[in-house]
Amino acid sequence: MQSDLPRRPGRGLARGIPAVLSVVSAFLIWEIYVRLSGISPLMLPAPSRVLDQIVLNRALLWDNTVPTLKATFAGFALSLTVAFGLSIMLDFMPCVRRALFPIFVVSQTLPLVAIAPLVVLWFGFDLTPKVLLVALVTFFPMLVALVDGYAATDPEIEDLMRSMGATRGRIFRNARFPSAMPYFFAGLRISITYAVVAAIFAEYVGARAGLGIVILNAKNSFRPDLVLAAVVISSALTLVLFAITALVQRVVLRWRDVGDTR
Amino acid sequence: MSVLDIANVSVTLGGTAVLDDISMHVAKGEFVSILGPSGAGKSTIFRLLTGAARHDSGTITCNGQPLATNRHGFSFMPQRDALMPWRRIIDNLTLGLEVQGIRRKDARAQVTPLLADFGLDGFTHHYPPQLSGGMRQRAALLRTIVQNRPVQLLDEPFGALDALTRTQMQAWFEKRWRAARWTTLLVTHDVREAVALSDRIYVLSRRPARVIAQVHVPAPRPRLGRPVSAQAHAIEAQLLEILLNQTGETP
Ligand SMILES: Nc1ncnc2c1ncn2[C@@H]1O[C@H](COP(=O)(O)OP(=O)(O)OP(=O)(O)O)[C@@H](O)[C@H]1O
Ligand SMILES: [Mg+2]
Repeated sequence: MQSDLPRRPGRGLARGIPAVLSVVSAFLIWEIYVRLSGISPLMLPAPSRVLDQIVLNRALLWDNTVPTLKATFAGFALSLTVAFGLSIMLDFMPCVRRALFPIFVVSQTLPLVAIAPLVVLWFGFDLTPKVLLVALVTFFPMLVALVDGYAATDPEIEDLMRSMGATRGRIFRNARFPSAMPYFFAGLRISITYAVVAAIFAEYVGARAGLGIVILNAKNSFRPDLVLAAVVISSALTLVLFAITALVQRVVLRWRDVGDTR
Repeated sequence: MSVLDIANVSVTLGGTAVLDDISMHVAKGEFVSILGPSGAGKSTIFRLLTGAARHDSGTITCNGQPLATNRHGFSFMPQRDALMPWRRIIDNLTLGLEVQGIRRKDARAQVTPLLADFGLDGFTHHYPPQLSGGMRQRAALLRTIVQNRPVQLLDEPFGALDALTRTQMQAWFEKRWRAARWTTLLVTHDVREAVALSDRIYVLSRRPARVIAQVHVPAPRPRLGRPVSAQAHAIEAQLLEILLNQTGETP
């Protein structure tokens, strides 16, 4: 029973080795296939060619990554705020939850392909429609996770707080909210993987700049290598965001790691 | 006048009759125990008092007021410790004081001098899953006591402790209780514990629980930390007799 438990970075790295190996070998097979079959780079460019394109077009890619990142972050910030605000409101007002929840479910059934052009039509080619689309796509998993998390609070802890004379608000702050955090992070991890994709899709439909525009232009000028270069950047962005949430989770849910290492 | 008054209360939970026409009262500064077999409905009585369950008939008053209008809280120790896994032990201990509006720093200052007596020194910055069952129970008891409410509801507070620690904690508690004179309702199925601590004992039948006996313990205090008196022995024997031959009639 030490208070500072070992962090085990070594084991964390070792656990990543199989993933790295499988990714590297997939790219190797792809590279070998392209070289041996002599398939045209207009059909399927080799990974090495995609990498070359990233280096060659780094200025273009960077200039267009910034707007995508902006849309992603702004959209995510909006959806995070709305998810938290709504979840608190729904928790305090069960009748509102019953009234609004079906609407949120319906909002998730709207096909992005259909809704994105409309949102662009209504809000123009600027940041706004992208932010809205990212928020629309990412807010539901977080909202559901929070609402479920509040409901999963240990009833004995709530009974205890009530016996102490705690108000509903304090019970929420000290019991229901912390109980929901593990659920919230599960929802957050799902949301974050949608965020960049949603931003790129919104750009693809109509924007002045962004990775979505790079992909659109590259496709129209028959440059699959450049399309894939932009795809690599977008995947890298998602991975970085995913890693950031994992880090934040580690800090916020430190109490859970402690229980597991016993 | 009674601080707690439970009159003719019956409860049915999920189709099961749990409490059957229970009446009991606790006077100001009195130490009363509820003794009964497992599953009788002892914790259910506490759930009624803390508002976690509703009774179907009868009345419950606190200081002559209906419970609902009387929400200034009890020092309640639930049977399972209900420690918050996301709070360190020290922050679990101060929870009740924080609810009372005491600043975290001042709350810690109140708790810290008691840590050694509860064997929690050096564990304040651990999380609950890092503690043994007995330590968790002691933490829960300390969390209860520091609240210092006039009414205490303790649901088997010493049940998870080893025999030696239990005797020590009981003695500690008796001393503290004699100084503070909380109105205390204790749930236990340990006959010896009930006799050692209580002024009065209610014995419950098996479910559906009825009060089958009420026993006064007039022995002088302090009772712990000295040999059990002949009088206390006689009461223990009487209680065991009642519990073993539960046929329902009040002796
Ligand atoms: N929601 C419920 N539905 C049906 N039965 C219930 C419900 N809650 C409790 N009971 C029953 O009520 C009875 C009394 O439960 P309670 O927890 O009060 O017992 P207890 O006397 O505290 O027992 P122990 O000494 O084991 O803690 C139990 O037999 C239990 O099965
Ligand atoms: Mg019980």
